[in-house]
Amino acid sequence: MILDSKIPSGPLAQKWENHKFDLKLVNPANKRKFDVLVVGSGLAGASAAASLAELGYKVKCFCFQDSPRRAHSIAAQGGINAAKNYPNDGDSVHRLFYDTIKGGDFRAREANVHRLAQVSVNIIDQCVAQGVPFAREYGGLLDNRSFGGAQVSRTFYARGQTGQQLLLGAYQALSRQIGLGNVQMFARTEMLDVVLIDGHAKGIVVRDLTTGEISSHAGDAVVLASGGYGNVFFLSTNAKGCNVTATWRAYKKGAAFANPCYTQIHPTCIPVSGDHQSKLTLMSESLRNDGRVWVPKRKEDAGKPAASIAEGDRDYFLERKYPSFGNLAPRDISSRAAKEACDAGLGVGPGGLGVYLDFAESIKRLGEDKIRGRYGNLFDMYERITGDNAYQQPMRIFPAVHYTMGGTWVDYNLMSTIPGMFVIGEANFSDHGANRLGASALMQGLADGYFVLPYTIGNYFATSKQAKPVTSHSEFKKAEEGIRVLTTKLLAIKGKKTPLAFHRELGRLVWDKCGMARDASGLKEALKRIPELREEFWATVNVSGESGGLNQSLEYAGRVADFIEFAELLCTDALNRNESCGGHFRTEYQTPDGEAQRNDEDYSHVAAWEYKGPNQAPELHKEALVYEEVHMSTRSYK
Amino acid sequence: MNLTLKVWRQTNSKTPGHFETYQAKEVLKDMSFLEMLDVVNEEIIGQRREPIAFDSDCREGICGSCSLVINGIPHGGHKATAACQLHMRHFQDGQTITIEPWRAQAFPPVKDLIVDRSAFDRIIQAGGFVSVNTGGTPDANAIPVPKEISDLAMDAAQCIGCGACVAACKNASAMLFVAAKVSHLNLLPQGAAEKDRRALNMVTQMDAEGFGACTVTGSCEAVCPKEISLSFISKLNRDYGVAILKGK
Repeated sequence: MILDSKIPSGPLAQKWENHKFDLKLVNPANKRKFDVLVVGSGLAGASAAASLAELGYKVKCFCFQDSPRRAHSIAAQGGINAAKNYPNDGDSVHRLFYDTIKGGDFRAREANVHRLAQVSVNIIDQCVAQGVPFAREYGGLLDNRSFGGAQVSRTFYARGQTGQQLLLGAYQALSRQIGLGNVQMFARTEMLDVVLIDGHAKGIVVRDLTTGEISSHAGDAVVLASGGYGNVFFLSTNAKGCNVTATWRAYKKGAAFANPCYTQIHPTCIPVSGDHQSKLTLMSESLRNDGRVWVPKRKEDAGKPAASIAEGDRDYFLERKYPSFGNLAPRDISSRAAKEACDAGLGVGPGGLGVYLDFAESIKRLGEDKIRGRYGNLFDMYERITGDNAYQQPMRIFPAVHYTMGGTWVDYNLMSTIPGMFVIGEANFSDHGANRLGASALMQGLADGYFVLPYTIGNYFATSKQAKPVTSHSEFKKAEEGIRVLTTKLLAIKGKKTPLAFHRELGRLVWDKCGMARDASGLKEALKRIPELREEFWATVNVSGESGGLNQSLEYAGRVADFIEFAELLCTDALNRNESCGGHFRTEYQTPDGEAQRNDEDYSHVAAWEYKGPNQAPELHKEALVYEEVHMSTRSYK
Repeated sequence: MNLTLKVWRQTNSKTPGHFETYQAKEVLKDMSFLEMLDVVNEEIIGQRREPIAFDSDCREGICGSCSLVINGIPHGGHKATAACQLHMRHFQDGQTITIEPWRAQAFPPVKDLIVDRSAFDRIIQAGGFVSVNTGGTPDANAIPVPKEISDLAMDAAQCIGCGACVAACKNASAMLFVAAKVSHLNLLPQGAAEKDRRALNMVTQMDAEGFGACTVTGSCEAVCPKEISLSFISKLNRDYGVAILKGK
């Protein structure tokens, strides 16, 4: 396997412009001859499916939910970044580029990130034209707010529901194309395999989740927009259905998987309340604009009500440790600081796994109405879940798995190591390095779908000249048969332990050994335990029902089986990367004051893993990261 | 606490359904309603029976997958709360809880508590969009939008498409859903060019899907987890009426 990033030559700021000119085009009359299969209908998938159909390609789009509008992008709260510089506070494409590279702890590709910053401005124009109701000032122009890891206000938002509004914009564009007959939509349909003919991705095998029927779809290109793998931890802020199956099965067909150890733990989530917990709920990072994070200075105060702890006995630890960014320090740094406080016995709430996020001062300064106007829906949500009123007492928050920066390796054109298979949005690894900044996920998903893939996919069609695939080809039949055998096997085990029980056990193991902090001995323990768990799963799992018809137990079992396999790669990658960077914190590698210590000499590369077969160790390929524009520095927010 | 559940079970759209009774034991007050169902399902799977099928995904009240009628009220009747955000602290020990799917002709049953809401998607496909292609759009600040208008559009745009409005309505009308989308886009200058045809096409599709007529009882607004206002239905009627008068 050769990793060719295909980064265009020339000065950084001109790379994308030059590349767009160099890309071969497909003439308008020929576009309808190409079928594109898009898996996933979130921000990346829906925007890509709609944009490709508008260009004239024949598109089929697949999602496991009952409607494309339900993809998990919908849950993003805070906002979307763009280098518009509307507030006149010194923002620019270059600054957004630099902040993103630095925020990613110098582990992302310069050229990709610069392109992302460039197209960010077009995204806002596009969304406004679609009718996305972003927040506005009284003068009728768009409002901006600041977010973690930035010292300018470049975040556009729609109350606390920015992801919802952006997704509905993309969903509406997609719906328009469905109505026009340019996109065929397959809801409640799950992709279970990718089919290769002569080494190129030429189709997928899917299961109709209502009827249970296994079938094939042929296409001239496959686009995976299937999201991240955060649910490997069982508890995360991801939706229950989010899974790694599409990208994992593509990995087993030859698509290298890059940097799986880069996982993001979000600092502001509602703490776990018990063993029954099925998922965690995020409170938008925007809360940190007006909330102050603190714990008691003394252990003996940790169990006391917040109001009874005097101002002088409180440790506003983010403000103390990172005075210039304060409560807006980036996610990885804020999360780790909270963990350290709880590890030191200063945590608040049940089990001592929580820190306060306090609005008392902002309420005093701005009034309760103003705070309600900014965050009302988040305060309501907090009260629904915890039963507590955060206007009267501080919120309790704790970090939770939220986003995964790692993903399928792609080149500058967003194509994986399988020719003809493109991967966009959270599913790929490309733009966030080792840590993603707030309000950048929405930006990347839409950049890939609206403004990058529609250009680059044409070049593949224009240059590859592959034969038109048909589903009667033996490769399709073989893949379908493989899925049928797997399904029969899962249903035949009839053991005693449910898929949920396995998932919970896996999640706890991965969280303990490969969560916010990792070390070699813990990772080795996990790598010993995971294969055992996999064997137990295939010997004792209890999957109820039959293969025909709707069977949620069967759907879930398949996803858990993939998570177990994937967890091994996650821990392998974490053990291999002997440094700390961004979301990957190895306790052996830290500065004397507890900050992440990178090792640029040995690890300034993308770790892309190649599947070598069952029970074989994956092969590591390295893509060196070359920094022409930025000077790699120690990431400091002090 | 211990609870008795009466749950609607139905194998598929061709087989008639029925209620079955289950015991939910040692339910904690901090559990969400769906987590309580997860626990019951784990027990059912343990007994080698088929678990209760229900739709859920984000479990934070925004994806709109939830579709449970709890004790006769869609989402259970707590202000601005989808079923996934309903917590067990609102129930009492020994209580019997009835759980049913959305019931509407336009939402055919799929299995147990799952129904087919694709009619909503087809209504959006008929006109719930602004006809702009990707690229070539003007600068985002080129057209100022008064804050009050933008805020009102956002109030309407918050709809999560869950269908509780239909489930609550005695006529199974989809007027609140359609009104929310028509209002969101028709209020904004970006959506104004297609104002008339949007109202006409979406209402036509709504009727074709078999949703009932609106008699403005307001039950839709009462159960809406996003508190979409009934006043948007007035706006829809106005926009629709104007479009008809224009003979579009």
